[in-house]
Amino acid sequence: MNTIRLLFVFFRISVLNETAYRVNFFVQLFQSLLELGTALAGLAVIFSYTQTLGGWRSDEMLALVGVYFLMGGIISLVIQPGMSALIDSVRDGTLDFTLTKPEDAQLLVSIQHIAIWSMLDLLMGAGVLVTALIRLGKTVGFGESAQFICMLLAGGVIVYSFWLILASLSFWLVRVENLLEIFQSMYQAGRWPVSIYPGWLRFALSFIVPVAFATTIPAEALTGRLGFSMLLEAFGAAILLSAAARLIWRLGLRRYSGASA
Amino acid sequence: MTALRELNALMRLYAQQFRTTFASMVQYRASLFIWMISQVLEPLVYLVVWSTVSNSSGGSVGGYTARGFAAYYLTLMLVNQVTYTWIMWEYEYRVRQGFLSFALLKPVHPIHSDISDNLSSKIITLPILVFVAGSLALIFRPTAELTWWAVLAFIPSLTLAFLVRFLVEWSLAMAAFWITRVNAINQVYFTLMLFLAGRIAPLSLFPRWLQITADILPFRWMLGFPVELVLGRLTPTQVLIGLAAQAAWVIISLVIIRVIWRAGVRVYSAVGA
Repeated sequence: MNTIRLLFVFFRISVLNETAYRVNFFVQLFQSLLELGTALAGLAVIFSYTQTLGGWRSDEMLALVGVYFLMGGIISLVIQPGMSALIDSVRDGTLDFTLTKPEDAQLLVSIQHIAIWSMLDLLMGAGVLVTALIRLGKTVGFGESAQFICMLLAGGVIVYSFWLILASLSFWLVRVENLLEIFQSMYQAGRWPVSIYPGWLRFALSFIVPVAFATTIPAEALTGRLGFSMLLEAFGAAILLSAAARLIWRLGLRRYSGASA
Repeated sequence: MTALRELNALMRLYAQQFRTTFASMVQYRASLFIWMISQVLEPLVYLVVWSTVSNSSGGSVGGYTARGFAAYYLTLMLVNQVTYTWIMWEYEYRVRQGFLSFALLKPVHPIHSDISDNLSSKIITLPILVFVAGSLALIFRPTAELTWWAVLAFIPSLTLAFLVRFLVEWSLAMAAFWITRVNAINQVYFTLMLFLAGRIAPLSLFPRWLQITADILPFRWMLGFPVELVLGRLTPTQVLIGLAAQAAWVIISLVIIRVIWRAGVRVYSAVGA
């Protein structure tokens, strides 16, 4: 309950801050539309030559694009801004202010920066997803929706934990912004089902940089092609990775010596 | 005689600039490495996508087999590496922060230091990229019909492609003098490039009207054209027309730069004062 209250407070602050820069809204709108247009036009070119891509029909690919934007929106809405701010605050010592607050510090660093205009990506992703489902013309059953929501949550937890682990490395290393960039540039591979990639790349996109869990697996759940074992695997990965992130965060905090030291 | 002396001075300038920027590029090798991941990943992703399509539709799409796509995209990866620039972000930063003032104090046009910056970073990254492309070639087994004249014509076309891309992006970077939010412009530019330079798909797979658009605009001449040329997908006439189009774009952008640079610097000093 407390978490939701805090999230709401930080969200409100961000809205108050950002509404002063309303042009940013239009810039973001423009860029998001352009990106979405590119993705859709790319699909149009590819599906003018084929019926299926690695077993995915065009409307199923559309659903994947929806998930891609949805998850990308979540990343740029809270995860990315929070984690870059964390790295900065470890370097210049302003993490002190967070640590003195009577709330869990991991929670605070994770939600205190919200890039509200990224909601556009999120909404657009949701819109594409709904369109795809309508075009697929099948009523998504209770089982598939439940699986989808679970996998979306698991994917979100995995991506968040992965970012937190990378950002926590800043307690030991000086420059880690570059590592975060790696995720951002690998994420583009998640716009396509990972099953089309050769084995080594699929492995890298699942277990080195968890892009597959973020996009392909939720989309597989929605289109009813996710096996039960994969479902368990994703859950396992989410639990394991979030525990690891928590541990590394705690170890890092112990090393943190503050601004004055 | 004076022309010769000037050229000599310019050569020495490049050599010196080259040493300086080489040192700083070695310093920022981590950023260079991360930049390279996206340079490799984008063509690799489209290579996989198109070979999947090709395999599932009887082994060939629009004249490209899976191995043909491998040849196309691995060559594209290398040509892109040779021709890319980051000058648009650089200028936005320089103008916003006022660092351009230092460049303006020097008695030579700042474009010279930008060119040698660009080339020296590539000397570091190109061997790595050739190695990566070579390893990928072992996996994807590209095939292409090489002809001696196409390989020969590839050299001038690659040089011209570098010049076209550098000069067009340099003149686009000048937008930073007038507009504070150049990111939106840059993104439009990159989106157009994605389609019209042949990055999303070889241009011959696009509908006719898009191919004509690509012939008129500069994007194809920066990337797609040298790739198609060296893979032997163009007739000699098409190659000659292409080289002429590249040369034309070099001249056009040089003229634009001359005009815009003067006007831009005037605006810039007004802001800085």
